[in-house]
Amino acid sequence: MSHSHEDPRRLSFWRKYIFATDHKIIGLQYGITSLFFLLFGFCLMLLMRWQLAYPGEPIPWIGKFLGESRAPGGIMLPEFYNELGAMHGTIMVFLGVVPLVFGAFGNYFVPLQIGAPDMAFPKLNMTSYWLFFIGGVVMLASFFLPGGAANSGWTAYPPLADIAPIGQTFWLIGMVFLINSSLLGAINFIATVFQLRAEGMTFMRLPFFVWAQLVTAFLLLLAFPPLEAAGVMQLLDRVAHTSFFLPSGLVVSGEPLPESGGGSVLLWQHLFWFLGHPEVYVLILPAMGIVAEIIANNIRKPLWGYKSMVYSVIFLGFMSFIVWAHHMYLTGMGTAISAFFQTTTMIISIPSVIILTCLFLSLWGGSIRFNIPMLFALSFLPMFGIGGLTGLPLGLAAPDIHLHDTYYVIAHFHYVVAPGTIFALFAGIYYWFPKVTGRKMSEVLGHIHFWPSLFLMNCIFMPMFVQGLAGVSRRLYDGGQQYAHAQATLPLNEMSSICAWLLGLFQLPFIFNLIWSMLKGKKVASDNPWEATTLEWATPTPPGHGNFVKVPKVYRGPYEYSVPGAAKDFTPQDQERV
Amino acid sequence: MMRGTHDIKQKIRKYWGVFTALLILTVVTVGISYLKFGLAAAIIAALTIALIKGSLIACFFMHLISERKLVYVILGFVVFFFLSMMLLIYASYFSLPGGATYVS
Amino acid sequence: MELMPYIVEERKDTGLYNAKLGIWLFLSSEVMLFGALFSSYVLLRTGAAHWPQGSSILNVPMGAFNTVVLIASSVSMVFAWAALKENKFGKFKFNLGITILLALTFLVVKSFEYGAKFEHHMYPKTNTFLAIYFTLTALHALHVIGGIIVNSYFWGPGSKMWQTDPQRFTNRIEIAGIYWHFVDLVWIFLFPVLYLL
Repeated sequence: MSHSHEDPRRLSFWRKYIFATDHKIIGLQYGITSLFFLLFGFCLMLLMRWQLAYPGEPIPWIGKFLGESRAPGGIMLPEFYNELGAMHGTIMVFLGVVPLVFGAFGNYFVPLQIGAPDMAFPKLNMTSYWLFFIGGVVMLASFFLPGGAANSGWTAYPPLADIAPIGQTFWLIGMVFLINSSLLGAINFIATVFQLRAEGMTFMRLPFFVWAQLVTAFLLLLAFPPLEAAGVMQLLDRVAHTSFFLPSGLVVSGEPLPESGGGSVLLWQHLFWFLGHPEVYVLILPAMGIVAEIIANNIRKPLWGYKSMVYSVIFLGFMSFIVWAHHMYLTGMGTAISAFFQTTTMIISIPSVIILTCLFLSLWGGSIRFNIPMLFALSFLPMFGIGGLTGLPLGLAAPDIHLHDTYYVIAHFHYVVAPGTIFALFAGIYYWFPKVTGRKMSEVLGHIHFWPSLFLMNCIFMPMFVQGLAGVSRRLYDGGQQYAHAQATLPLNEMSSICAWLLGLFQLPFIFNLIWSMLKGKKVASDNPWEATTLEWATPTPPGHGNFVKVPKVYRGPYEYSVPGAAKDFTPQDQERV
Repeated sequence: MMRGTHDIKQKIRKYWGVFTALLILTVVTVGISYLKFGLAAAIIAALTIALIKGSLIACFFMHLISERKLVYVILGFVVFFFLSMMLLIYASYFSLPGGATYVS
Repeated sequence: MELMPYIVEERKDTGLYNAKLGIWLFLSSEVMLFGALFSSYVLLRTGAAHWPQGSSILNVPMGAFNTVVLIASSVSMVFAWAALKENKFGKFKFNLGITILLALTFLVVKSFEYGAKFEHHMYPKTNTFLAIYFTLTALHALHVIGGIIVNSYFWGPGSKMWQTDPQRFTNRIEIAGIYWHFVDLVWIFLFPVLYLL
């Protein structure tokens, strides 16, 4: 491996910061890029929310810049609304949350927490990042194509996606890059955790964060390839006029399609959701990992039920591969197969509940410190609780008949991802910021960020449960205006929109805090300002090349807080005696 | 980690053996296809022979027969997920009510 | 000082060196990739009103020849690794060279097959059998090309590592071999499914 013979201090700027192979730099690259995409995807939604609150009214300020093909006279066209919807979902999931939660946090902290000098395959790591970057560029470029970006939903169902404008082709190409980026990343994570644990770091001494990332890596490794295969088939349908997903006899705009037919629309759905379901666990597991770390640190006692949590997360990962068709209950599948998937779906709720319960129970008897990371981590628990519980009627085939493709679904998954995962990400940023920069973020700004965000998230999404139960379908460009059954719940659209715009406003203190604190934040007095036990705090701040001054040796589990007889209320993993 | 040359010579003999077996099985699988059984029998025959050939390649050329437990565990899960994917997709086709079809 | 452990020597508890675990993980994802295409084949065929017999459309002797070619290339690949274990660099080069040549032969035959199809106006868009045939074999061919590139690198500039770090180089050839055998393994299933059933 060539860079072992190079003095890392003499690497050129390009080799050190751009084509970096150090997992920490790559982690930061992923972090910066994905935060940008998260913001961009959020802005797409802010635009959508205008149309939902005031359908048919010209968009203020920005309307005139959107162009006649998208918003003539500043009024959003339905096609443009669909474009915003499809790309909001795609960007948030594949360019925002996953690269942040796995690529950024995972890359930076997994090697540190296991006591490794870097990831097992540093050059492969670099390749992963740049493939992600290219995929992102392709996705962004698609906005400038005739017909705009993809507009067939983030789920890209044929036959609509097969015949959509060229933006969909770019979406597929972008996905191929993103998928390959994730695959290479997954290989790296798994090999690293198995091969590079420091001496004494047994599997049952791994921080829960590492377990969560390990299971996530397996999900990415094995669930993404079928979507890649499906993506290639859809590309061929679009570009080579094959009929993988086109049934015979399709008529579009009065004209029968010249394609051969003989394909299966549902084949796409099966292959998409084979990835799609594990994907949602990719979104949540690392977040649970972050929350576990922060809670353990701020209760000053060990996590309750560590072993149960580990077995649960492994079981969860396993089950996630055999539940996917609960996204397809209304496709006309027979009752036998629906019953199978309903059963596995009910079973998979158990490990999630176990993990959440262990985290809740851990609080009992703790000396709780309510710093900003802890506030976000604590709020994750009830928010994820709501998200998870509201998934139950969706996972059961019968109620799903009423709730499928309604705003209830949107509310469910946003609760899990938005005040769920994203709050966990905020928690992680506030928590690990001192290790990366040597400074703390402002607590005052943290409070201004946290409390309104928590309140507004609930104001935005709670009404959507009501709308969904009333039968308001999702992906309606006018928010349900045309439907009699939606009329009673229509005013909720305006409320959600106003709260969404306010939510955007209250992210500004966070953005300011992040950048300002990097330059002027209060410097931390030690390498371990939170007095934590895990190995990432045993490095210099920030960690240098190779991470540890001395190769660490691990003597104890990850959460030895308040060990009886110990001098301090925490005993780091690499400390031999209490 | 250099093993003894005797070890390697034994392995090389095995590789020639596997090569021969693979060639014979290729002839067999092509030969059987000319015998025109029903589709079900043809599928079983073709897949069985392919599985044997594949196992020989995996076990001997890819050294799976002397591989570590961790690799076996990972591959075990992969086989399970692959089979689940294929069989559940296939099964969902047959579960359609009243003669509806997925594919047309 | 080499910071990264277990590049050459095996870690005690897993019994593996890093790249060995890495390649099996990669192949796991490849099983799911080709597996998805095979699953698609199964669904499309099961539901089709009419599905041609592979031998009525595809050239079985050519396919069988290609099968033998790939099997032979797999053998020469493992002999290349074994030669390094025996410290016989010349034998390694010879066998790896044969592997690359056989791989190129496979591609040449494949291009004749494709050419013949196109001449008869049989394209992926003609029907779903041809669509899945072209997709499966083209994806496989891309993997063959990838293998040729990797093997050529190790035959050429990459082989310098034999002088400086022979054990590590031998491991690299073992890894490249495992990948190559997998490419052969996929064809072992592709050939009967597409050509003979």
